[in-house]
Amino acid sequence: MQIIEAVSHLLKVAATDLPPDVEAALRKALRTEENPRARSALELVLENCRIARRERRPICQDTGLPIFFVTAPVGSSHQGLVEVLRQGVRRATEEVPLRPNAVDPLTGANTGDGVGDGVPIIYYSQWQQDYTLVELLLKGGGSENVGADYKLPDRSIGAARDLDGVRRAVLDAVFAAQGRGCPPYFVGVGVAGTKDDAAVLAKRQLLRPLDERNERPTAAKLEERLLCEINELGIGPSGLSGATTAFAVKAGFHARHPATFFVHVAFGCWAHRRRRLRFHDGEAVFE
Amino acid sequence: MSPNEGNGVGGPKRLTTPLAENETRALRAGDEVLVTGTLVTARDAAHVYLVDREDSDGMPCDLAGGALYHCGPVIAGGEGAWQAVSAGPTTSMRMEPFEPPVLRRYRPALVIGKGGMGEETARALSETGAVYLAAPSGAGALLAARIKAVRGVWKLEEFGSPEALWLFEVEDFPALVAMDSAGGNLYREVEEVSAHVLRHLAP
Repeated sequence: MQIIEAVSHLLKVAATDLPPDVEAALRKALRTEENPRARSALELVLENCRIARRERRPICQDTGLPIFFVTAPVGSSHQGLVEVLRQGVRRATEEVPLRPNAVDPLTGANTGDGVGDGVPIIYYSQWQQDYTLVELLLKGGGSENVGADYKLPDRSIGAARDLDGVRRAVLDAVFAAQGRGCPPYFVGVGVAGTKDDAAVLAKRQLLRPLDERNERPTAAKLEERLLCEINELGIGPSGLSGATTAFAVKAGFHARHPATFFVHVAFGCWAHRRRRLRFHDGEAVFE
Repeated sequence: MSPNEGNGVGGPKRLTTPLAENETRALRAGDEVLVTGTLVTARDAAHVYLVDREDSDGMPCDLAGGALYHCGPVIAGGEGAWQAVSAGPTTSMRMEPFEPPVLRRYRPALVIGKGGMGEETARALSETGAVYLAAPSGAGALLAARIKAVRGVWKLEEFGSPEALWLFEVEDFPALVAMDSAGGNLYREVEEVSAHVLRHLAP
């Protein structure tokens, strides 16, 4: 498979076929929900996933902004890869089709092919492995719009510069989001010394497998506590009440400046479209 | 949905556009409905346009008694052979500044979207007798399958495909009355409950 074709295929799979761990989490939610409105919302969502997979239609009409996290062997070409990813997005936009989602903020014009200045969004790094890992998030506008930044301390939510402050920030963000970002949510939390680093770190959490436990026990405990507390809020699937407001909380922590403490809360909607692909000697392996 | 949807006691209510005001005034928050008829998609750019539009600028359809759908669909095919590939609701709150004047001027019976709307829209619903319906969020593939035909499009060149006004012919389009004309509002109820829990979790 040609590299551009492989990237286009990755976008197609991401847009049309929900990752197995996410779909399993939604099925598990349906088994435990007793609220009829929540059950109905989850049943429709699962039926929607079956139709999308069978008919190869996008799960959601908002096929999102593609965000690529690429890790490549030392010595590979960053520029070459950017061009391949842009071509892959153009091809998928036409062939799947995806909704063309790149709009020029100065003119208001939609570029029409899904590609624009800075879109797709690409985070590039290198490693010592001999293959390239491409991780893709299709990030819809609804869930992106409810993402939130906090600078601790924040007296308005009673948040000090500590882990309880982080907990309060996350609860406040989910409360403010209500059902507007398509719950149940995958909540990604980033704590860092600058706003931009916190935001990207929070996004990266959304790539983690649902069953992956945080290797730092304090962070793992916070993630578990937050998942329980978020679900106590009762916002529920589609925001129409229920016991499942989030199906995962993952948090990342970077060193901060002694004077700064930024928290970013990123949201994945229930249609959490993340997929990965490896290139070994030019050959694509889908995971 | 059960195979008997719409037929059993307490099942979804069937609504066919155009709807009379007394039909929508009888609906209550929490009612499940199945909509058949014409939906006109309208999101951000379309709402700004509808508010500012000159009367002399012709419209391809009458919105009175009809349904406005907050949706930016994925469309395949070309002129005369359009097909809705994926067409779920977008977040309605972005349209909050524009919906009250649109409701008062065009008198649609249904506003369909996701996530609910604000107090100004709630007031306009009370005035006009319209209701706000929540369509299943993110269910783009399932809802596209309920679109039987794309009857036309308006402002495609100017606004681009996601923002254009698409005319969809739908059959049994599933939704839930989330805000009614008597002040019932499921989102407000959920927000109040969650605010109470939040005060307990983070006093």
